Amino acid sequence: MLYGYGSIILDGALVTIEQALLSVALSFLLGLVGAAAKSSQSKSAKLLSGIYTTLIRGVPDLVLMLLIFYGLQIALNSVTETVGFSQINIDPFVAGVITIGFIYGAYFTETFRGAYLMVPKGQLEAGVAYGFSPWQTFRYILFPQLMRFALPGIANNWQVTLKATALVSIIGLSDVVKATQNAGKGTYHFFYFTIVAAVVYLIFTTVSNLVLLWLERRYSMGVRSAEL
Amino acid sequence: MIEILEQYGKAFLWSDGYRFTGVAVTMWLLVISLVVGFMLALPMSIARVSQKKALWMPVWLYTYIFRGTPLYVQLLVFYSGVYTLSVVREVDFLNLFFRSGFNCTVLALALNTCAYTTEMLAGAIRAIPHGEIEAARAYGFSGFTLYRSIIIPSALRRALPAYSNEVILMLHATSLAFTATVPDILKIARDVNAATYKSFHAFGLAAAIYLTISFLLVAVFRLAEKRWLKHLKPQSAH
Repeated sequence: MLYGYGSIILDGALVTIEQALLSVALSFLLGLVGAAAKSSQSKSAKLLSGIYTTLIRGVPDLVLMLLIFYGLQIALNSVTETVGFSQINIDPFVAGVITIGFIYGAYFTETFRGAYLMVPKGQLEAGVAYGFSPWQTFRYILFPQLMRFALPGIANNWQVTLKATALVSIIGLSDVVKATQNAGKGTYHFFYFTIVAAVVYLIFTTVSNLVLLWLERRYSMGVRSAEL
Repeated sequence: MIEILEQYGKAFLWSDGYRFTGVAVTMWLLVISLVVGFMLALPMSIARVSQKKALWMPVWLYTYIFRGTPLYVQLLVFYSGVYTLSVVREVDFLNLFFRSGFNCTVLALALNTCAYTTEMLAGAIRAIPHGEIEAARAYGFSGFTLYRSIIIPSALRRALPAYSNEVILMLHATSLAFTATVPDILKIARDVNAATYKSFHAFGLAAAIYLTISFLLVAVFRLAEKRWLKHLKPQSAH
């Protein structure tokens, strides 16, 4: 059915999913740090995170990707040249994870900041009053509620990140898009194989929809909703 | 940097001497795909909120597919995929249409933004307080007039903040056009990169241009919201 390209496409699909998961993990962490910086007292942290979110969200991800991919390589080259090492080539996979993680970290920052504002401040104060350490307050009081309020935003960001990984094939990653394009070139069934790529992405989004639904149910445990 | 600006500044903005390039092409792509997408989304969003399965199901399927796959893959389907079909090459009109990378890009962008806009408008229609619609019915509005003078104006206003987001995202999405050989801002930046090996300058310049356009669009939408969402703002005490 896939003209013998099945295993290559499957490998590509795995690369895509790995890429998406690693990028989202990175952007999740960056988002937490960014949100902490944005809601901190320090003026410079606020300014820095403000610049980060505004700049990143104002520029297309593809442009940033090319900028970071080529820029990073050139910076690395000049470093290795001065030190005297041989040239280190940046792997498209690593570059993709770093760039996508860095870009969507800005979106996660905004998501977490919004969610943080929704957590009642009295609860954090209660944590302090009970002698919780800052980590304990974060782990047991802030984080579970943060997740509850941030989940719709996280769901959205995940779907966008997953689809953004398709762009990494432009800088040479052999993901599912690249694999199907190669298959198209080999058999000249471009239309068919690009549809295959689309179907793979549709399967991914459908599965993640189900997982996110389950997560939403889990994190809204104990929330009563009025019956209408 | 100054050399790049002197040599390629004009190409970045509107023309490389032979054809339109850069900002002019990007904005033209943006405007035409937004207009087409919006025109299609309006009736589709009404179908999307309909009670009849024959109406909402196809629209749901369409938005599900177009929102569930990357725009790049959609562009590949239209740009490199469709043209390999023998049907397309045999019919004159289709042949002419799909031969141009610009047409394929506009088609992909318009269908993509249409899917997102449809869902957004459908959400805005659902969010209209039911009292407004009941009041309209009580005054004798029905069918077409109800939609034309009550539901659509209200939904369009409510959807404005979300639509401004969509417009910015579409601006960013137009940067994919270079993969279909359309000479937009990013294509020029890539040409500059290839000619001078100054990647940071080339793509940095492109990033700065996109950033400026984003800011301008945000400012325009802020003015629009001030004008059309006045009635939803919290009233001051006096």
